[in-house]
Amino acid sequence: MRLEKRAERSAAMALASPVIALGLTVITAAIIFALRGISPLNGLYVYFIEPLTALWSVEQLLVKATPLVLIGAGLAVAYRANVWNIGAEGQLTAGAIMAGMIPVMLPNWQSPLTLILMLLLGSIGGMLWGSISAFLKNRFNANEILTSLMLVYVVQLLLDWLVRGPWRDPKGFNFPKSITFTDWQLLPYITSGIHLGVIIALVMALVLGFVMTRTLKGFEITVAGLSPRAARFSGFSKQGTVMFCFLLSGGLAGLAGAIEISSVVGQLQPQISPGYGFAAIIVAFLGRLNPVGAILAGLLLALSYIGGEAVQTALQVPEKITRVIQGVLLFYVLACDTLIAYRIAGLPSATEKRA
Amino acid sequence: MTAPLLEVQDIVKVFGTLKANDNVSLAIMPGEIHAFLGENGAGKSTLVKMIYGALQPTSGTMRWNGQVVKIQNPAEARALGIGMVFQHFSLFDALTAAENIALALPGAHDISALSKRITSVSKDYGLPVVPHAAVGDLSVGERQRIEILRCLLQNPKLLIMDEPTSVLTPQEAEQLFIVLRRLAAEGCAVLYISHRLEEVMSLCSAATILRHGKVVARLDPRRETAVSLARMMVGAEVAQVKSTAPATRGAERLVLQNLSLAADGAFAVALKNISLSVAGGEIVAIAGVAGNGQGELFDAMSGERSLQDDRLLLVDGKAVGKSGINARRKLGMAFVAEERLGHGAVPELCLSANMVLTRHASDRGIANGIMIHMDQAEIAKERIVKNHDVRKGRADPEARSLSGGNLQKFVIGRELDRNPGILIVNQPTWGVDAGAAAAIRQALVDLSRQGSAVLVISQDLDEIFEIADRIAVISRGQLSDAQPAGTLTREAIGLLMAGSHEMKSGENNHAA
Amino acid sequence: MELLFTLLTIIMTAATPLLLAALGETVTERSGVLNLGVEGMMVMGAVAGFAGAYLTGNPWVGIPFAILAGMSMSLLFAFLTMTLLANQVATGLALTLLGLGLSALIGERLVGQPGIKLPQLFGIDPLIPISFLLTGFVSWLLFRTKAGLIVRAVGNNHASAHALGYSVILVRYLCILFGGACAGLAGGYLSLVYTPQWVENMTAGRGWIALALVVFASWLPLRVLAGAYLFGTISILSFVLQAMGLGIPSQLLSSLPYLGTIFALVVISGNKALTRRNTPASLGQPFVPDH
Repeated sequence: MRLEKRAERSAAMALASPVIALGLTVITAAIIFALRGISPLNGLYVYFIEPLTALWSVEQLLVKATPLVLIGAGLAVAYRANVWNIGAEGQLTAGAIMAGMIPVMLPNWQSPLTLILMLLLGSIGGMLWGSISAFLKNRFNANEILTSLMLVYVVQLLLDWLVRGPWRDPKGFNFPKSITFTDWQLLPYITSGIHLGVIIALVMALVLGFVMTRTLKGFEITVAGLSPRAARFSGFSKQGTVMFCFLLSGGLAGLAGAIEISSVVGQLQPQISPGYGFAAIIVAFLGRLNPVGAILAGLLLALSYIGGEAVQTALQVPEKITRVIQGVLLFYVLACDTLIAYRIAGLPSATEKRA
Repeated sequence: MTAPLLEVQDIVKVFGTLKANDNVSLAIMPGEIHAFLGENGAGKSTLVKMIYGALQPTSGTMRWNGQVVKIQNPAEARALGIGMVFQHFSLFDALTAAENIALALPGAHDISALSKRITSVSKDYGLPVVPHAAVGDLSVGERQRIEILRCLLQNPKLLIMDEPTSVLTPQEAEQLFIVLRRLAAEGCAVLYISHRLEEVMSLCSAATILRHGKVVARLDPRRETAVSLARMMVGAEVAQVKSTAPATRGAERLVLQNLSLAADGAFAVALKNISLSVAGGEIVAIAGVAGNGQGELFDAMSGERSLQDDRLLLVDGKAVGKSGINARRKLGMAFVAEERLGHGAVPELCLSANMVLTRHASDRGIANGIMIHMDQAEIAKERIVKNHDVRKGRADPEARSLSGGNLQKFVIGRELDRNPGILIVNQPTWGVDAGAAAAIRQALVDLSRQGSAVLVISQDLDEIFEIADRIAVISRGQLSDAQPAGTLTREAIGLLMAGSHEMKSGENNHAA
Repeated sequence: MELLFTLLTIIMTAATPLLLAALGETVTERSGVLNLGVEGMMVMGAVAGFAGAYLTGNPWVGIPFAILAGMSMSLLFAFLTMTLLANQVATGLALTLLGLGLSALIGERLVGQPGIKLPQLFGIDPLIPISFLLTGFVSWLLFRTKAGLIVRAVGNNHASAHALGYSVILVRYLCILFGGACAGLAGGYLSLVYTPQWVENMTAGRGWIALALVVFASWLPLRVLAGAYLFGTISILSFVLQAMGLGIPSQLLSSLPYLGTIFALVVISGNKALTRRNTPASLGQPFVPDH
């Protein structure tokens, strides 16, 4: 097999590639089920379909998708600019710490402002944590992939120390947890199962989609990623773009952290995310590095979490299968993306036929 | 009459739908310097790569000393005795000269023994090379010597040289010719690719001319004129640039005052005390061998790198040395970078989006600082396509799908469309076919005659003599005084290219 | 004196997995390929090594298992990035995510099983002298042999290497596989020597630290050795300080290796003259041969 570069990127393949990737992932999942002696069709049904058949599980899906969409949309923008923030998990944690500061320090302050301030501080926390990597890259040329990842471990240890030490709930039987949040320290629910964060994530992704396609900032990010030299010729500062991308993606991850502790988790504890910050990397790629695409991709990844829980309870398949399926999915997405810029030599191309 | 060393018969090479070589035949005698002529894109490099085994022909045969051969890869070509000096050298910056040469030689890996051989062969042929020098630190001429030595150490019977003099000063080129003539005298054939007709007429005893992938003539270049050769290459008379009015020097619009800039990176050049002024109504050209600071000077003038002091650069009397590129554009400056793809245009973006690239700050209709108006960009793009005859496959294609000439017309048209007061162009017709090049040069002359200041940086002396009113020469980051084009000869420029003015600048440095 | 010897042994144990993984990545990166999947290859090596030893009851069998697991993962990476021309950064991340997930799934029934430690030879873990030999071998290979020269040439300028007739893709496939083998071995060391048992995510970021080490060492094998021992010392230091009970939060001490990595990256990367000369110029860039 040989690949030929297409003269232009194929728009049809850009849409088809995630679909093909998803199809291949489903086939792989079926094989895994079969290897474990489970009927593949039954396994696939429990994993991918059943969660969509009940209202409560659809609501759960939306709630799970919230942090994934928020973080994935931000990462999509950063990756577009070739800024490789892979420490969103850490920025999420930093956001949770900053947001959690309010209920922990001022447990009796209850007003709508409490919640607004929590979300705001969460974003700022994520921005601050992300900006460290941006600063180190701009000032010292330190690889942002490595620094942002190292900072994940550091901030997780910081949170661990806080909830085991100064922020531990004195009445919590020595469990490493903060006090549980109440009232205005929690997000309001729109329906019985959907909280306000769902709307926030949706709006944020749509706004980012608009920024990327219609504004000069979006143009700057696109150009910076495609061709750094042309970006400089266009008058855009490379360092500015790097900082912007980390502030944006870090801020959204921090916001996701604030949303998680003020909804699903409801307090601070050593682990507040089952790896949303890493799964969001898959969301960003699956969504074609497009913030709006991240909405669909986020829902799909959320399904992979819920499906994983479902197969564990229904079929006794360890929910670790979730991470395998997520990893496999990313591989297929990357492999299929090849077909956007390249075509397999020898096969007739659609454009040729037209010509 | 001896038998040919290499006989290429009816070679066809197809890329997708493009026939790059269409029944090309070519015969090279031992000891012959054979010119291979043709425009950019005529298919010369394709054929040469097949002879060197880097590409495989779609059909056709090759005979080496009468035997049919299939050359599967460059190692086989080298084993036969075919050596090649690439236009864009196939060297490794991070490796030493000896390591670079070792990579092309078969047999045991012994760098110290090889170094001794390099030293002796380089002395023998008058091609000085230091074996342990890192190639990244060397000049273009030194790098070419390494490429040539790399071939010589394999005792080649055929040496292929792809545009070897395009990066050399006239004097360096003369040195090269001495080596080539000696090799020919020793029985080594040379296949010499060039579009410099003067040197072909003096050096080569046979020539094959290629046009659109087909052989159009086989002849003895010594019996031709540059005009007749050019006609066969292009297939038509090339339009001469016409000046609508004689140059009238207006006010000085662009002034560089003792501009200096430190080198940015390992292989970059520092600019030293560059002074120059360009007036409205004239074209000033900066000649020089590639890699002598042209890119750095362009960046300094465009504002891609800002200067230490505002007064190092004056635009219509205004000191802008510390301003960014967009602030300068707003003052009526326009820039055309050397590299079209990846600097002047984003390859993967469509033409209308590439309009935004250089116009978003100076053109309020296209962008207002926050929002982009693609409809306005689209209108401007259409205007440029129409005015500058940019040919393309569909309405708004990606920049990379355009041919070099058409993309160059677009990136120059994009700036001319603003009617800039000051235009700075780096290598305006590099890699562009003759027709497009003539159109571009005409557009530059026309702009200057309207009262704009035009500064052209070029390696092409023919081009410079065709359009420039005054000429300065850059060498190792220093610029000679600009002198009227009529008072300069090629030889004088060649000496300046080799750095004869650098001493003087050095003295200036002391005085300052 | 005895304390010092014990300390040195512990430092060696901590440094060896970093050294092994970083040596492999050095060769990979020297050929111009950035494989960010070291963590994933390493964790697969760890689970496979443990499984091999557990299933056969012979710890030595774990070693080839670990190496093969790392190589299989790297082959996946090579196929995507070299044959399908996928983005190297993204594919490396995918390799890590997949490796962490797959190892957890495979090793699910191995959690809590008693480990079998690789026996010591002459009072020392046999992989430690091997890691020294490997350092010398990689250094010799890269800088004293034609093969190494070709690897460096491909990493410096793949277009030139192609023009001279070298198969860029083949060279890179081999270097990626070497990197995978080393990372797998490093993982096997963790589950067969360092803590002879299988724990999910037991690599704990060591693959990433190894990646940072390569940059820190400016792609020079002997400096990788020095760097690995520096990092080994730092991580042991945090244990020692914890044991001394100075009242420093254990989390702060645990974060020392990560903070140290960031610090080292800053110091080295900030020094442009140092990194410039050895950085493979075509690192991370895809190579598409013309027809």
